[in-house]
Amino acid sequence: MADIKLPAAKVEELKEVCKKFNNEPGELINVLHAAQELFGYLPAEVQEVVANEMNVSVAHVYGVVTFYSFFSMIPKGEHPISICMGTACYVRGAEKVLDEFKRHLDVKVGETTEDGKFSISCLRCVGACGLAPVVTVGEKVYGRIAPEDVKGILAEYM
Amino acid sequence: MAKFKNHVLVCGGTGCRASQGEEIVQNLNQVIEENGIEQDVQVVRTGCFGFCEKGPVVKMVPDNTFYVQVTPDDATEIVKEHLVKGRKVERLLYTDPETKERVSESKDMGFYKKQIRIALRNCGFINPENIDEYIARDGYAALGKALTEMKPEEVIKEILDSGLRGRGGGGFPTGLKWELTRKVDADQKYVVCNADEGDPGAFMDRSILEGDPHAVLEAMAINGFCTGASIGLIYIRAEYPLAISRLKIAIEQAREYGLLGKDILGTGFDFDVEMRYGAGAFVCGEETSLIHSMEGLRGEPTVKPPFPSESGYKGKPTNVNNVETYANIPVILLEGAKWFSSIGTDKSKGTKVFALAGKVNNVGLIEVPMGTTLREVIFDIGGGIKDGKGFKAVQTGGPSGGCLTEKHLDIPIDYDNLLACGSMMGSGGMIVMDEDDCMVSMAKFYLDFTVEESCGKCAPCRIGNKRLYEMLDKITEGKGTDEDLGHLRNLSNVIKDTSLCGLGQTSPNPVLSTMENFWDEYVAHVKDDKCPAGQCKSLMQYVIVEDKCVGCTLCSRVCPVDCIVGDKKAPHVITQDICIKCGACYDKCKFGAISIQ
Amino acid sequence: MEIVQLTIDNKKVVVEKGTTILEAAKSIGVDIPTLCYMKLHDTNFENKPGGCRVCVVEVEGRRNLAPSCKSTCEEGMKINTHSVRVVNARRTVMELILSDHPFECLVCAKSGDCELQSLAQNLGIREVKYQGEKNKYKSDESPAIIREMEKCIMCRRCETACNDVQTVGVLSAINRGFESVVAPAFEMDLDHSTCTFCGQCVAVCPTGALTERDSSSKVMDAIVDPNKTVIVNTAPAVRAALGEEFGMDAGTLVTGKMVSALRKLGFDHVFDTDFAADLTIMEEGTELLGRLGKHLAGDKDVKLPILTSCCPGWVNFFEHQFPDMLDIPSTAKSPQQMFGAIAKTYFADQLEKKREDVVVVSVMPCLAKKYECSRDEFKVDGDPDVNLSISTRELAQMIRNANLNFEALEDDDFDQPMGESTGAAVIFGTTGGVIEAAVRTAYEVHTKKTLERLDFEELRGMEGIRSATIDFDGLPINIGIAHGLGNARKLLEDIKAGKSEFHAIEIMACPGGCIGGGGQPYHHGDVEILKKRQRAIYEEDKGKILRKSHENPFIQKLYKEFLGEPCGEKSHELLHTHYYDKKKKIEI
Ligand SMILES: Cc1cc2nc3c(=O)[nH]c(=O)nc-3n(C[C@H](O)[C@H](O)[C@H](O)COP(=O)(O)O)c2cc1C
Ligand code: SF4
Ligand code: SF4
Ligand code: SF4
Ligand code: SF4
Ligand code: SF4
Ligand code: SF4
Ligand code: FES
Ligand code: FES
Ligand code: FES
Repeated sequence: MADIKLPAAKVEELKEVCKKFNNEPGELINVLHAAQELFGYLPAEVQEVVANEMNVSVAHVYGVVTFYSFFSMIPKGEHPISICMGTACYVRGAEKVLDEFKRHLDVKVGETTEDGKFSISCLRCVGACGLAPVVTVGEKVYGRIAPEDVKGILAEYM
Repeated sequence: MAKFKNHVLVCGGTGCRASQGEEIVQNLNQVIEENGIEQDVQVVRTGCFGFCEKGPVVKMVPDNTFYVQVTPDDATEIVKEHLVKGRKVERLLYTDPETKERVSESKDMGFYKKQIRIALRNCGFINPENIDEYIARDGYAALGKALTEMKPEEVIKEILDSGLRGRGGGGFPTGLKWELTRKVDADQKYVVCNADEGDPGAFMDRSILEGDPHAVLEAMAINGFCTGASIGLIYIRAEYPLAISRLKIAIEQAREYGLLGKDILGTGFDFDVEMRYGAGAFVCGEETSLIHSMEGLRGEPTVKPPFPSESGYKGKPTNVNNVETYANIPVILLEGAKWFSSIGTDKSKGTKVFALAGKVNNVGLIEVPMGTTLREVIFDIGGGIKDGKGFKAVQTGGPSGGCLTEKHLDIPIDYDNLLACGSMMGSGGMIVMDEDDCMVSMAKFYLDFTVEESCGKCAPCRIGNKRLYEMLDKITEGKGTDEDLGHLRNLSNVIKDTSLCGLGQTSPNPVLSTMENFWDEYVAHVKDDKCPAGQCKSLMQYVIVEDKCVGCTLCSRVCPVDCIVGDKKAPHVITQDICIKCGACYDKCKFGAISIQ
Repeated sequence: MEIVQLTIDNKKVVVEKGTTILEAAKSIGVDIPTLCYMKLHDTNFENKPGGCRVCVVEVEGRRNLAPSCKSTCEEGMKINTHSVRVVNARRTVMELILSDHPFECLVCAKSGDCELQSLAQNLGIREVKYQGEKNKYKSDESPAIIREMEKCIMCRRCETACNDVQTVGVLSAINRGFESVVAPAFEMDLDHSTCTFCGQCVAVCPTGALTERDSSSKVMDAIVDPNKTVIVNTAPAVRAALGEEFGMDAGTLVTGKMVSALRKLGFDHVFDTDFAADLTIMEEGTELLGRLGKHLAGDKDVKLPILTSCCPGWVNFFEHQFPDMLDIPSTAKSPQQMFGAIAKTYFADQLEKKREDVVVVSVMPCLAKKYECSRDEFKVDGDPDVNLSISTRELAQMIRNANLNFEALEDDDFDQPMGESTGAAVIFGTTGGVIEAAVRTAYEVHTKKTLERLDFEELRGMEGIRSATIDFDGLPINIGIAHGLGNARKLLEDIKAGKSEFHAIEIMACPGGCIGGGGQPYHHGDVEILKKRQRAIYEEDKGKILRKSHENPFIQKLYKEFLGEPCGEKSHELLHTHYYDKKKKIEI
């Protein structure tokens, strides 16, 4: 495989993170959380560095990354959109809202638009079921969303 | 809290914060300062009050006025009227939907009347980021009592006698679990708090951690004292940032006060708590996979036995309990097992917290004594079905539970009764469905969830749930056959019977219970190609009824694909092959001219 | 010993506490089917994820069916292994597994030897009621191993082999739920990973998901090409296992029949890799004595212990995992490559053929040799010293294709000169054999005395790590042996930490050595098969007149006529190699 290229400073930072967790294999998930925070996602190279530092196999790291849905190997959009598909939101029409987002942005769940602006993901219960159906864009929470509100929400970020 | 004459409690739960709760706090503080009363009044961010439907909630102490649906703009009025002039802001009070009267105190509201708050005792009362407020409400008194006046055996006996059972779903007697962990000899043991709460549409544990984090820390320390563990680990979903930050603050404060760490309260007992984060896997709520996840592995469960109490985290005896289970512990020690066991039913003692959601009027977090009926919960507390529709079903136990119907409404809720009617207590999600909800789709929704969340380790769950989902999908597409119905049942039973962990052992429950209770609906999909609830897109059409349509053009304006045509004031028509069946027109039409066929 | 009493299918059983239901049932002749479970007794291979669920049984009083491979017997248990409920569950689970499996038995490399296929037959599955989407994965064809993950049933045996036994860590379960599968990181090809091609994953895979890259048709192409002279050589462990492919008992030596078959298949010269094994001993043994002498003379630059290098799986392992220790292993090539080097020079000259017109085929118990012969340093102007390496299983397939009645074949002898070998070479096929062979020669060379006792029992056996001290006429030589790369790692860590007391260490990548190689007939978890192969090898050694490599007359002749002396200039050129640092560099 081609040798790895990552910005040096960030790699040093990543190594520091591993060290902070004593390079202890049991802390792998905590390290990956921190790494994802640092890089925004977990590209192969980052996983290689982590494996190397934590003294576990890359296959193991990859196995863990692909197990947990919180970890992503694709960079998220500038404005990550999450549609709550928890039961409370589902019974109050979340699926239709999701369909609208997909239609407008022409991407599937887990994908990012070509211009890198938006990405769509689903999550399960934001804990604001009183506001169902709930959508979050970045940190902002939108409650009681109907399909026809979708256009307006997107317009805020265009 | 004595320093201030008045307190304004603003809900800091996730629901209310999402509706500008933070701005309300800011505005309140600003106006209070403008009026120069900052010496007398303190604004406090609390945990969830429970009544999220009517959030954001603001409560005035000491007179207990309960304002609902407050906006940041209301801050001025609240301060000037209520605090300065001592007059209630009538328009912000809750209106009883039946009597149409304004109710000013929560204890008089239908939503709160039947509730008893034990696990949620401090949620909405204290500032969760201030340990003093917890201590002022007898916080850490139970830990003090246990450490200085009781032997571990005595504490365990008290818990056993109280009849407390695990609130994480299984309902295993908590005292017995502690006893099992205590009995194992080991140089190191661990106490774990399961705060993974993966049930979609449930937020009980999260609300407790956000509203009363010290209660959990205190109980974990008591658990450590009883089982001989010196380290506590909280496994929490990374998606819960607020709960995480409040827990971190609480841990810091408890350490400062010598309530965590070395030599707690000078008794020589050492106990400290660390945080571990989940990363988005429902199965990690299962205790063995939770432990693997904490060890940096894929969250795959292992066959029990051995149970964590023998061999858990790093191979050491580990006691895993749920957040709500912990939240009950301090009260039991202070009030006594006798008091606790006087609440509830024969085999299920105390209360249970539910996240009531779906098509009810009052969505929120509730806590009721075991033995309360579903009817009381849904109609008295929940205020009945939204928009005056008919009640159809209620799902308890989340994806592992079942759909209960009209005929189950008067059964007293407890572990055994729910199991007997094909559902389960689960962690406390309660989703209410109305006549517009298709039960086959509902089963499909849950299977979609389990397919996504199955860890993949064992064949029946990995492949079987996928096949169940595919069959349900086929049925909702109108392509199901009689044979499918038979296969569905056999496969469901085999998956339950052969799966490795609790996920697969319960995942077919939504299928089996909907087949049991809504068989006709399955038959209608398969035999008549009809979805009685009109939810399955392939089996329905939106049609404009000519003589009801007045040509207001409202529908054609909301249609996202512009497939409704018609002149102003003339009946409109939907072009069926373009329609994406989003239902926007149906919801919009004021004349009931759009029908589902 | 605590015992428990229980009933299985209404029969009383008394077993030791801790026995699984599966084992207890077996003890009374009840064979409960399994798919994921595999235990190789006396080695550290145990795979018990409890994942396939075909071994479920009914335990009275339990709500769910219990996996018998994972559940231990308890006092008073009442177990039913074939109630209607159990059989229905087992068949349904099997149907589910098959519903995500390609129906390709007719063209599958594993057909006839496939545990999934035979279980489906035993359960009498005639239709798969549950149909739906099937997984698709990208296929991966390395020079040695082919991965077709559509056929994977997630038994996880390969993962256990690669991680727990071999500690190579190439494979891991990836993804979740329906999409989960075992794969290298980023689903890269094995070729790009740190795979050693030891083939242990292939050896344990119950299905056709992992198989060797088949070169037998290329071999046939070469044979039928009139312009090519095709030379075959067969490794020691092949003759102890090949018979199994034809229904003979494990441990039946079939050397003569094998030679006869190879000749009938049309090879021009049928030689023995054992010849090259003798050569390896001459070189490796000399190197050992050389390093030892210098070390004893106080030369600090000379490193000990010396490690054997005849196993290419092991070579791959240290190149990837211990690149800072590349100077410790012997530089001697493996017998396969020594054979090729001599065949394409000395022997090609004798034949008066250009090396390009000579095709060297080796029959190996091994998949790593497929990779080894493709390495660039073993080529001259692009022409490999060994053109094709096929496994024991592929040879069996060729014999079947040729309609040869293997059992009825007359014994035949190897051709000369490269068919002559000693007993020392034969035992290369088992763990401990290489070092025993080296001791026999090194002892005599060093002490100039005749060795009285040729059977070094202290070096034999199946223990993962063994050690012994051999008295070289007053000079005690400490010897270490490891088989299985996980065991090798332990010895290497010791060396790294400066804790190793050994002078020489033999390492074999496969459990049991080549008798347990990745290209051997499948053992299906029966360790007795490996032990029988081992016994057969020591038997063949015992039956040989010459049992010390340096006594091989053709070896002596080769040095005299062609090579000069062991570790001399010509030997260095032809018989020694060097190693590469293959650790992936992270560039910033
Ligand atoms: C698939 C699955 C998911 C679970 N999720 C949770 C969870 O989110 N929170 C929880 O407390 N228990 C969960 N449990 C139950 C735990 O395994 C365990 O029984 C519980 O944490 C024990 O605590 P308790 O005795 O206090 O209830 C889950 C179980 C299964 C099988
Ligand atoms: S039942 Fe499902 S989640 Fe549980 S071990 Fe099996 S595959 Fe994994
Ligand atoms: S259902 Fe949606 S797409 Fe169809 S006509 Fe109505 S608004 Fe348009
Ligand atoms: S792996 Fe086995 S069952 Fe599958 S196609 Fe090959 S022989 Fe048939
Ligand atoms: S050949 Fe050996 S090293 Fe390679 S994947 Fe298989 S077991 Fe691992
Ligand atoms: S590749 Fe083979 S050994 Fe590995 S998990 Fe799949 S079926 Fe099992
Ligand atoms: S032990 Fe033998 S079969 Fe295994 S890799 Fe080494 S040489 Fe090949
Ligand atoms: S289900 Fe959507 S916020 Fe709870
Ligand atoms: S979040 Fe405010 S009342 Fe529940
Ligand atoms: S053999 Fe027991 S679960 Fe696979």
